[in-house]
Amino acid sequence: MAHAVRLPSARIFVEQSGGRFMRKLLAVLTVLAVIIVGWYGAAVALNAKWVRDQATRAGVEVSFNALVADTMQQERPVLPAPHQVVQELWKTTVQKKITSKRSLVFHAWITLSATLAGFIIGTVAGILLAVGIVHNRAMDMSVMPWAIASQTIPILAIAPMIIVVLNSIGVQGLLPKAFISAYLSFFPVVVGMVKGLRAPDAMQLDLMKTYSASKGAIFWKLRLPSSMPYFFASMKIAIAAALVGAIVAELPAGAIRGLGARMLTGSYYGQTIQIWSALFMAALLAACLVGIVGMLQRLTLRKMGMAS
Amino acid sequence: MMDLLFALLIWGGATVVAIRIANSPFYTALWAKLAVPALLGVSILVLWEGIVRGFGVSPVILPPPSAIASQFAQSIPILWGDFVQTFVKGALSGYIIGCGAAFVIAILIDRSPFLREGLMPVGNFLAAMPIIGTAPILVMWFGFDWQSKAAVVVLMVFFPMLVNTVQGLAETTAMQRDLMKTYSASYMQTLIKLRLPAAMPFVFNGLKISTTLALIGAIVAEFFGSPIRGMGFRISTEVGALNLDMVWAEIAVAALAGSAFYGIVAVIEKGVTFWHPSQRG
Amino acid sequence: MRQETIIKADQLDLTFQTNDGPVHALKDVSLEIDKGDFVSFIGPSGCGKTTFLRVMAGLENPTGGTISVNGMTPDEARQNRAYGYVFQAAGLYPWRTIGGNIKLPLEIMGFDKAEQQKRVAKVLELVDLVGFDKKFPWQLSGGMQQRASIARALAFDADILLMDEPFGALDEIVRDHLNEQLLALWARTEKTIGFVTHSIPEAVYLSTKIVVMSPRPGRITDVIESTLPKERPLDIRDTPEFLEIAHRVREGLRAGHAYD
Repeated sequence: MAHAVRLPSARIFVEQSGGRFMRKLLAVLTVLAVIIVGWYGAAVALNAKWVRDQATRAGVEVSFNALVADTMQQERPVLPAPHQVVQELWKTTVQKKITSKRSLVFHAWITLSATLAGFIIGTVAGILLAVGIVHNRAMDMSVMPWAIASQTIPILAIAPMIIVVLNSIGVQGLLPKAFISAYLSFFPVVVGMVKGLRAPDAMQLDLMKTYSASKGAIFWKLRLPSSMPYFFASMKIAIAAALVGAIVAELPAGAIRGLGARMLTGSYYGQTIQIWSALFMAALLAACLVGIVGMLQRLTLRKMGMAS
Repeated sequence: MMDLLFALLIWGGATVVAIRIANSPFYTALWAKLAVPALLGVSILVLWEGIVRGFGVSPVILPPPSAIASQFAQSIPILWGDFVQTFVKGALSGYIIGCGAAFVIAILIDRSPFLREGLMPVGNFLAAMPIIGTAPILVMWFGFDWQSKAAVVVLMVFFPMLVNTVQGLAETTAMQRDLMKTYSASYMQTLIKLRLPAAMPFVFNGLKISTTLALIGAIVAEFFGSPIRGMGFRISTEVGALNLDMVWAEIAVAALAGSAFYGIVAVIEKGVTFWHPSQRG
Repeated sequence: MRQETIIKADQLDLTFQTNDGPVHALKDVSLEIDKGDFVSFIGPSGCGKTTFLRVMAGLENPTGGTISVNGMTPDEARQNRAYGYVFQAAGLYPWRTIGGNIKLPLEIMGFDKAEQQKRVAKVLELVDLVGFDKKFPWQLSGGMQQRASIARALAFDADILLMDEPFGALDEIVRDHLNEQLLALWARTEKTIGFVTHSIPEAVYLSTKIVVMSPRPGRITDVIESTLPKERPLDIRDTPEFLEIAHRVREGLRAGHAYD
């Protein structure tokens, strides 16, 4: 047992030590630096053809320096350089009024509101169904196989149809998009919550039985607390799925607002910088949303004594 | 109205039968496990048909299942062509390239703790991103045909697969590694005889998640431009023309392809990881 | 008659750096183990007995002192297939059959196929598991799994068997049975065995030499040469001679403040 006693404490030491953290940070920064350098290299390589074509047409020679400089500042590059994307992001967020249709904050808000509305509807519905499944065998046997099977089906494919159909019966704006987001976040929550509510083992359930606890008491005092780790894990999946749902829901023709619409119009007019900045905004949004859920998870689990 | 009444009767009857079976002593039997969800599925289809007919719902809002089925039967050549274009050419080739590349790269970066520590947070971050958003860019780069769809799929499956494989390769216990050390086993011997087999449950988890992502990527990428065939192309154009029965037929194909793809990977998993507690059953 | 010394530890020191400052796992540990000895290491948790075994196997590097195995460093000895190591858990690979698990070291060490088969059959017989080679580990009881892991350690004919609480996770009845079998195996193969345990009766019953260790810092407090005969039925544990040795071990543990 001697080594079993030693190892955990040694590991804690290593993980908590500042040196280890700095090394990790350094590793991540190195990887990021390599990605950015590679991106610049790719931008030069991919955008050079256009510069050369222009030069041949004009009948002038371009020096290598001029070539590189030019690949960094094209209006419609094949691959925009990182600083172009950052500039565009800056221009369309900080320098534009957020009510302007050219403000990326405005578009992000359109997408975010649909995402959040859908996520909340989907999560609440998912929890309710999971509670039903855990307490009712008929529901368990009939609904659960479909809920699991639905995860293997590309549900996103029906997004355009839902938008158009709801549009034709007069439902427009936020609601159709929220509906798709809700649909996408619903199934991960159902499956995760069913697993979580069933997480208590036979011994813990038997203990509740020895107290003659009611179904309600078992639910509130045992099942619900035990399900929290699963709940947060599936919420992380659900919020990411809800965002993808909202973006894809903005793709069908006609949408002019939202990050998905920015990508689509960008791709129609070859505005690559616009696509990239919309993509970065979406990534930023996803990171924030998943990050917030993760923070709630840590706070809740720590309060419940399930995590350190 | 008769149709609706009839449908409601069937739906009610099926529900009662399903509840009876679920609460009978046979509920653990295989036939009961298949019959109960099947009853739900069938009764929903019947109810759907009844509501559409009973209320005279316009086919441009919701076509009845019978119309979808007959459209499906009539359009098999078109559906097959779309399936080949989107699934075989786009999704499957991207899936193989993306998962294969992620697997190989996971093994390579696993050799260097520095790379692993640097890439894993980035990989985890990217795995949660809406990567589908790269579709318009990749369609611009690789053209309208299946190559751009495969490229989207490669990006979508790469990070989940990478993260799972790296996690799997770290899954051995200190004791198992010590054992290999007492044999003076080389890096390759430890990799092949211990770490890869131990990683398989995680690898297959990544492979299973990727099946759905691959199909989603291939279909959605077609919304950004495609030749005049493909499941995503068909869905977006037929939606525009309000031929919803064709859209639903295409969705049925997507659902069948998605579950079959997942099912095949799950069967292979059962064969490879028969030893894992989750598979012993 | 003085026998050949095969493990020689001289003033070993080993310090681990931890969060709560350095931990002195081994301090000034010197010991000689002769060929054919059955040596038990006994002491409470944290006394360094497992660490000492791991140092012999080259799984840990001492921070001071020297150790030689067959006149070589532990690392060289390992490459010469000098020892088989048995852990507290059987640690059989669930994706390999019992036969496949026993073949694992043979494959790594490059034995040919026919030789592998021959050796698997031989060691399965030694540990009384004939007919189980096609079974998977999870189809066997804990005691059978541990016997299979002993067979795995025996397969490549190492001179030394290092066992780290091999029966610690098993119940008393199975443990008695395996102890008896281990003695029979030792008698037949004449291997040198290093055996970590925290059971006094187990140590006395099995060993020719009992090394008593104490924690903080991990050190040897007593080395007891057993006076029991080599032939040991289970009921030898009721003889005054046995109880006398057990008493001495207990005294040794107490002297080292092992009960604090």
